Amino acid sequence: MSNIPSHLQYTESHEWVSSEDNGNARIGITDHAQEALGDLVFVELPVVGDEISQGDPCAVVESVKAASDIYAPVSGKVVAVNEDLEGEPALINADPYDDGWLFEVELIDSEELDGLKDAEAYEESLED
Amino acid sequence: MLQHTPLYDAHIAAGARMVDFGGWEMPINYGSQIEEHHKVRQAAGMFDVSHMTVVDILGNQARHFLSYLLANDVAKLQTPGRALYTCMLNEAGGVIDDLITYFIEETHFRLVVNAATHDKDMAWITSQARAFDVEVKERPELAMVAVQGPEARAKVIALLDDADAQAAAELKPFSAAQFGDKFVARTGYTGEDGFEISLPADSATALWDQLLEAGVSPCGLGARDTLRLEAGMNLYGQDMDETVTPLESGLGWTLALKDDRAFVGKDALLKQKEEGVANRFVGLVLKDRGVLRPGQRVVTEAGEGITTSGSFSPTLQKAIAFARIPGGAAESCQVDIRGKLLGCAIVRPPFARNGTVCEGII
Repeated sequence: MSNIPSHLQYTESHEWVSSEDNGNARIGITDHAQEALGDLVFVELPVVGDEISQGDPCAVVESVKAASDIYAPVSGKVVAVNEDLEGEPALINADPYDDGWLFEVELIDSEELDGLKDAEAYEESLED
Repeated sequence: MLQHTPLYDAHIAAGARMVDFGGWEMPINYGSQIEEHHKVRQAAGMFDVSHMTVVDILGNQARHFLSYLLANDVAKLQTPGRALYTCMLNEAGGVIDDLITYFIEETHFRLVVNAATHDKDMAWITSQARAFDVEVKERPELAMVAVQGPEARAKVIALLDDADAQAAAELKPFSAAQFGDKFVARTGYTGEDGFEISLPADSATALWDQLLEAGVSPCGLGARDTLRLEAGMNLYGQDMDETVTPLESGLGWTLALKDDRAFVGKDALLKQKEEGVANRFVGLVLKDRGVLRPGQRVVTEAGEGITTSGSFSPTLQKAIAFARIPGGAAESCQVDIRGKLLGCAIVRPPFARNGTVCEGII
C-alpha cells in the first residue's frame, strides 16, 4: 500500500502539492508514482523564474523504464528547484515527499489549490 | 487472459511487480531494477525465462533441416551439447526470429526461440519442415531459469551431486549437458558467465527456492533488458525484425555465407552484400545528461537514423543505445530527445561485460 500523507494535496496525474508557510507551493510526485515508474535515473526540472500554467507539462522524470511528464498542479512562477536531484534522482524513490521534492512555485491564484484532491480522494482515485 | 509460468507464485511471494510481456504475466522487477542489474554484474541473479519456447527437432534429417532453416551453419556443431546463436530468415533475408540451437545428438537438436514470436515461429518452422524427414516437437512442459553472474555457476554446481557437479564445472561456454532432469547450458543474455537451466515445470519451484536459499537474487525482465543492452545483445522486435536483414542489425557475424550451403534468405543476403549495405548498426553513448530510448531520431553528417534500443546503463552510469544509421565513418552524432539535439559518441558494442565497462567505450 503506498504512502499518502494527509497534509498534502494531490492531482490525478500523481503530483503532490504542499502549501508552505511562506504561501508558496512545493511540488513532487507521489509514492505511488515513484513505485510505478521504478528506479529514477534522470530529472529535467523547470528553471527558476519560469512561469508555469496549471495542467501544462513543466518537468520530466525518467526511470530506467520510461520517461514521464510532470504536469503543473498550479500556476505560478518557479522560485526554487531541488538541485540535489541532478546528481541523485533516486532521492525521489527513497523519499518522494521530502528529500525528493521537485520544485517550488509562487502561486498566482491560490484558489487553484481548492480544486486539488485531498489524501482520501487521491487514495480513492488509485483504487479505481 | 495472461499465461503464467510455473514460477508465478514464487514471483508473487518475492514481491515482484508483474507486467504483460508478450501475453505472459512476468516480473519486471522485485523492487529495484538497478540493484538487480548490479547483482548480476557483481554476484549472481536468476531470471524466470520459462515463457520462452523450447522446440525439439527430431529425426534423421534434423541437421539437414536446420542447415536449410537457419542462417548460421549447424555444421559448426560437431560435439554433442554445443550451442549456436543464429537468425531464422524469410526469403527476403528479413529476420523472423533469433534463437539458440543445441546439438544434443544427430537425431535431436533443440531450438530456444522468443516468447512473443511463438505463433509465427511455430507456423514457419512447421511449414519449412514438411520437405524433410523430421518431427517438430514443442516442449511446453519445460520451465527455464537463467542463473547469471560471476558467482552463478558455483551456486548451481553446489546444488548438483558430486559426479554431475564435476561435469557441470567442466562445461565450456556455449555448451550444454543433461544432469538428471536438468538440461544445463552455459549460455545467457547478460554478458556474464552463468547457466540457463531447462527442467520439468513441477521441479522449477524447488530449484528456484534452493537458489534463493543460496543467495541468488531474483531479477526481473527490466534488469534483463539493461544487462543485454550493455552486453551488446540484440532484442528481437526492437533491434531487428522481418523488415531488416542481419547485415543491417549488427548480426553479420552470425551468418555463414562463404560455402555453397543453401539456406532460406541466403540469395537476398548475397545480393544485399553485393549492392552494399546502406545502414550501419552502432552503439551510442550519450555525452550529456538524459536517457536514450528506442525510436529516437539520430542526426549524423551522412543523414538521419534511429535508435532501436536505449536505456540508462547502470554500469556506465550514462545513457546508451543501439542505432541504425547511414553508412560513413562518423565518430559522433546527435540524438533528438524531446526536441533537443544532444551529442552522442558512436561506439562498437558491447558496452559492458564481465562486471565492467568494455575497452574503448568511455
